[in-house]
Amino acid sequence: MSIFVDQNTRVVYQGLTGSAGRYYGLLNRDYGTGVVAGTHPRKAGSDVDGIPVFATVGDAVEATGADASCIFVPAAGVPGAVLEAAEGGVRFIVVITEGVPMHDEAHTFAHLQRHHPDVRLLGPNCPGVISPGLCNIGITAGHIAKPGGPVGIVSRSGTLTYQALHELKEKGIGCTTCVGIGGDPVPGTNFIDCLAAFEDDPETEAVMLIGEIGGSAEEEAAEFIAEHLSKPVVAYIAGMTAPPGKKMGHAGAIVSGGRGTAAAKVEALSAAGVRVGSNPTQAGELMAEVVASL
Amino acid sequence: MDLLEHQGKEFFASFGLPTSPGEVALDPDEAVAAAERIGYPVVVKAQVHVGGRGKAGGIKPATDAAEVRRAAEAILGLDIGGHVVRRLWIERAADIAEEYYAGFTLDRSARRHLGMLSAQGGVDIEEVAATAPEAIARIHIDPTEGLTPEACRRWVTEARLNPAVTEQAIELLGLLYRAYVNGDADLVEINPLIVTGDGRLAVLDAKVTLDDNATFRHPDHAAYDETVERDEREQEAHARGLQYVGLDGTVGVIANGAGLAMATVDIVAEAGGTPANFLDIGGGANADLMSAALEVVDGDPAVRSIFINVFGGITKGEEVARGIVEALRRVDISSPIIMRLDGTNAAEGREILRPHLSDSLRLAPDMVEAARMAVTAAASASTGDSVAAASAGTGDSVAAASAGTGDPVPAAASAGDPACCAEPTCCEEPQS
Repeated sequence: MSIFVDQNTRVVYQGLTGSAGRYYGLLNRDYGTGVVAGTHPRKAGSDVDGIPVFATVGDAVEATGADASCIFVPAAGVPGAVLEAAEGGVRFIVVITEGVPMHDEAHTFAHLQRHHPDVRLLGPNCPGVISPGLCNIGITAGHIAKPGGPVGIVSRSGTLTYQALHELKEKGIGCTTCVGIGGDPVPGTNFIDCLAAFEDDPETEAVMLIGEIGGSAEEEAAEFIAEHLSKPVVAYIAGMTAPPGKKMGHAGAIVSGGRGTAAAKVEALSAAGVRVGSNPTQAGELMAEVVASL
Repeated sequence: MDLLEHQGKEFFASFGLPTSPGEVALDPDEAVAAAERIGYPVVVKAQVHVGGRGKAGGIKPATDAAEVRRAAEAILGLDIGGHVVRRLWIERAADIAEEYYAGFTLDRSARRHLGMLSAQGGVDIEEVAATAPEAIARIHIDPTEGLTPEACRRWVTEARLNPAVTEQAIELLGLLYRAYVNGDADLVEINPLIVTGDGRLAVLDAKVTLDDNATFRHPDHAAYDETVERDEREQEAHARGLQYVGLDGTVGVIANGAGLAMATVDIVAEAGGTPANFLDIGGGANADLMSAALEVVDGDPAVRSIFINVFGGITKGEEVARGIVEALRRVDISSPIIMRLDGTNAAEGREILRPHLSDSLRLAPDMVEAARMAVTAAASASTGDSVAAASAGTGDSVAAASAGTGDPVPAAASAGDPACCAEPTCCEEPQS
């Protein structure tokens, strides 16, 4: 089993005709993902390496039964693309694009909540989601992930997501689903959404959480874990040595006014019974111990 | 991007918010000339990207030219929280009857906007939040609805401002919300928001953080970037389009991805070293980016060793390795480099690096070992020991061939390539 996506997921790529959309769309298809359509307002009727292109997501859904969308359009076009996908009838929308303004993210998220409450948005500025062996939507290199289980991964950072998959695979541990929620201020899907889904997934027996400095998402995740999670959780938090007031690459990764420090997050997670590794490798070792004792 | 006070006021004024007249001055003569035009009394205010200016002596009232000159001379060059004052704002002094606080920002937990309003302004609002949270009236705003006049009225009432300014406050907060949304700000704050002696609301200090992601629809915001203070290293990296944050240590850090770069900085500290910087080169790790990154990091005189931490995802190990080899052919690096390469086709990448390994480029088996090697190398370089001797026995054995005598460099990442590597889209990977 997996969360959010599986072998039956049928994905339409908004931006399939652009260089990034084409590159990753075809890589995802090669992985075995159900890449069924692309969209472009003026290229309907054409195809990208055999994948049919439609004018709108609505047309693609009608013709192919697509139920998910992956968005690679430029940042300025993201709000429109998300609304088109939701109105077109898909239920899961992944936005890979980075550089989306905060106000666009906040407005788009609120609009979805109000008018399309059953639609799940992942991203923007995220690597996507992979259920190894079943479905890979986004920019994760599929072969670094070992199929099976029993670990579910949720991460705020792209490369650390890969690092986590790599650490687990090195130890022969598989992954049910790995969700990169992205480091932007308004993530469509957050830690708690993923933790709740992993709790409900019978094949996920342990969860790896990768956080970073800034905001309070990890602290809120810790509260949720303490109250609702029956499965063991291992975590790693990046940015232990980050100086206050300096943005560490991500829009969200900043310690300001003494808040958002890694130490506070580690403390909150530890208090919730989470085992926290001091670096990604140690977190992998802790997870190996957890898996061995399942 | 954080704005200076005077930029914040210009930003607010462009949305119709009431600010006092003032001028920028860069030296005492300009300050006096500005004050003469504005009319006395004035306030001479340091313009720096940091709070606590008043306590640090960065804000002084003046009633005539001589006082303005003395104030300007005292404030210019002052170090306020590590920021040296090079710019002043001369403003007509306000007649202050009451001081409030008003601000908007994103509440990330709620994924909605948050407005905060308090009758206790003029002090650190975080202190008020900690000591007297009930003194701050909060309002959550659905971005699709905006701040409605009805909700705003309830909010103002709850904040217990002077009832005489209720109508003005509703109008001003509406304008402030518009500035926040239409101006693409991450944060707008007026602290203090004052009531003048004759009962008018006015902006006395402005704190604005603009969203760098929104500059595409605000070309005018680029002008604000000119006053952003960066140290020399950060300036150089910024000009080359690198995500760089200067730190105080001796181990230079280069990684692909913001999270991995943060983890690398942490792991250097964990290994007993001191990171010199945070540097994210993004997903690609091609020769152009790598040589720029190496130059910036090596240009930091404090750097004694450089730790390159790359995890190949979509970008294959061979491409990363060729990028490194090519970068080292182009630029002369004085500090020893410790390389960790894992992920997609890491073995192939390591093979490409192997003929180029030497005391100045060494390969580590994993991330933790790489950190140890980099820290050891930095320590021994600082004490004058031979790097090779001090770190013998760690990591891969150092091959004899030096970078200059190895095989010709594979052509994939040659200088003639476009701004990116052989992969069509590597530059477009989000810098996650």
